[in-house]
Amino acid sequence: MRHLLSTADLDTAAAVRVLDTASQMAATQGRQIKKLPTLRGRTVVNLFFEDSTRTRISFETAAKRLSADVINFAAKGSSVSKGESLKDTALTLEAMGADAIVIRHQASGAPHTLAHAGWTNAAVLNAGDGTHQHPTQALLDAFTIRRHLRGTAADPDGVGADLSGLHVAVVGDVLHSRVARSNVDLLHTLGARVTLVAPPTLLPVGIEPWPCAVSYHLDEVLAEEPDAVMMLRVQRERMSTAGGGFFPGPLEYTRLYGLDARRLAMLPEHAIVMHPGPMNRGLEISADAADSPRSVIVEQVANGVAVRMAALYLLLAGDGDVPGTTPTTGGVPALTSPEATR
Amino acid sequence: MSSGTGVPGGGGGSTVVLGEQDVARALTRIAHEILERNRGGADVVVLGIPTRGVPLAQRLAERLAAVEPGIEAARIVGALDVTMYRDDLAQHPTRAIGRTVEPAAGIDGKVVVLVDDVLFSGRTIRAALDAINDLGRPRAVQLAVLVDRGHRELPIRADYVGKNLPTSTSERVRVLVAEADGSDAVVIEGGA
Repeated sequence: MRHLLSTADLDTAAAVRVLDTASQMAATQGRQIKKLPTLRGRTVVNLFFEDSTRTRISFETAAKRLSADVINFAAKGSSVSKGESLKDTALTLEAMGADAIVIRHQASGAPHTLAHAGWTNAAVLNAGDGTHQHPTQALLDAFTIRRHLRGTAADPDGVGADLSGLHVAVVGDVLHSRVARSNVDLLHTLGARVTLVAPPTLLPVGIEPWPCAVSYHLDEVLAEEPDAVMMLRVQRERMSTAGGGFFPGPLEYTRLYGLDARRLAMLPEHAIVMHPGPMNRGLEISADAADSPRSVIVEQVANGVAVRMAALYLLLAGDGDVPGTTPTTGGVPALTSPEATR
Repeated sequence: MSSGTGVPGGGGGSTVVLGEQDVARALTRIAHEILERNRGGADVVVLGIPTRGVPLAQRLAERLAAVEPGIEAARIVGALDVTMYRDDLAQHPTRAIGRTVEPAAGIDGKVVVLVDDVLFSGRTIRAALDAINDLGRPRAVQLAVLVDRGHRELPIRADYVGKNLPTSTSERVRVLVAEADGSDAVVIEGGA
């Protein structure tokens, strides 16, 4: 793994490896001293062209917990607002010696361009690009699902396990959601069955080849007793007008696709409720559902730091020759260490 | 760390230097030495370094408990992963991170006995000392290894040694443990 651009690039072994690494990272975050010396001397740049609170803070926390130096770069108030191109920004960051660039951009594909245009040698982590991908969000969702539904008393994180046999419903604004796309790819890779639930207007054109089922009716899907329900935010800022013409009004959306107390009661005992945040309380999720004991929304945020630490570790700690994406090493995880380093 | 196969293969010959009985005797002796040196086992906890150090630490803890009344093996044994403290991370492909398990008895104020299979350059132990530092503050740290093969690169020595094994740097020393490899043995491979 040289960059983390899309969950579609991860095979099952690589995805499980990230989750297992995250599990060890999470264990260190319960200690009094949470900082590890692992990435001492490395520089991580947070390059954010789009507003974000939790993802940026989460990446910043993760990098600092691994002792990397963090430079935050928000497009607002920078040369970008004077018209600097992505290329020139990348060249500047390269000149400053960035080892990793965490990028969020409103344009789908911007991280891919940054990684492959030859402007920089840094590892690129996609922190959300347009309506394309948000891989660390999907990884932390998978980590949370695995912990709740695959964990045992002896092994609370379900280390080594995938998500085969689980059914996950992803509900809401799929059209504008990079979280949904990342999750469909990753959960499918990990063996889970995914059902997307949305009004026809909020589903993208050409969804048929996606490795998931699609339904227009939330109640029907909930009757199938999914193991996890992931509510997506209605992204009104990406819709031109208030409802954007995607649905008649907030009340109708809530009635048909909102998770409320009644629908919560339809879920099986073990099922968990997830939301990538920030929530529109009263629109896609009611306070009853958001604050219920089976809601793991706050935990998702905490797991985000561990997953991002894992991603930074896997991209930055080694010599760059990481098995999993380099076929020369046969896809065997780097579990064996050379004898000479005892 | 050995690859987990019971029978060593590859180029060069391989010699078994310690068999099952030898390993058992060495661990029993080390357990007694630990109790002697610390005048009993009141504050002793054992931390194994993954991978092979963890089962060895478990066995040492059981032997300590068998000899000394009042010691509960399950309470004094733990695991200490040092991957994230290594100084050579950037020279190798990314390593998988092992599990760290703090012993139930804690490590603050205790005598921590680090347990590893082979002592070679000493760099793993240096990393382990840093890792312990972040976990708590033991009263003392001691080191027990099954094999000391020399070639130290840092001023580190073991307090308890199962066997001193003079080797050349071109040889590989592999410790096999029943828990991971099916049988106990120490094997030297390769070399001129």
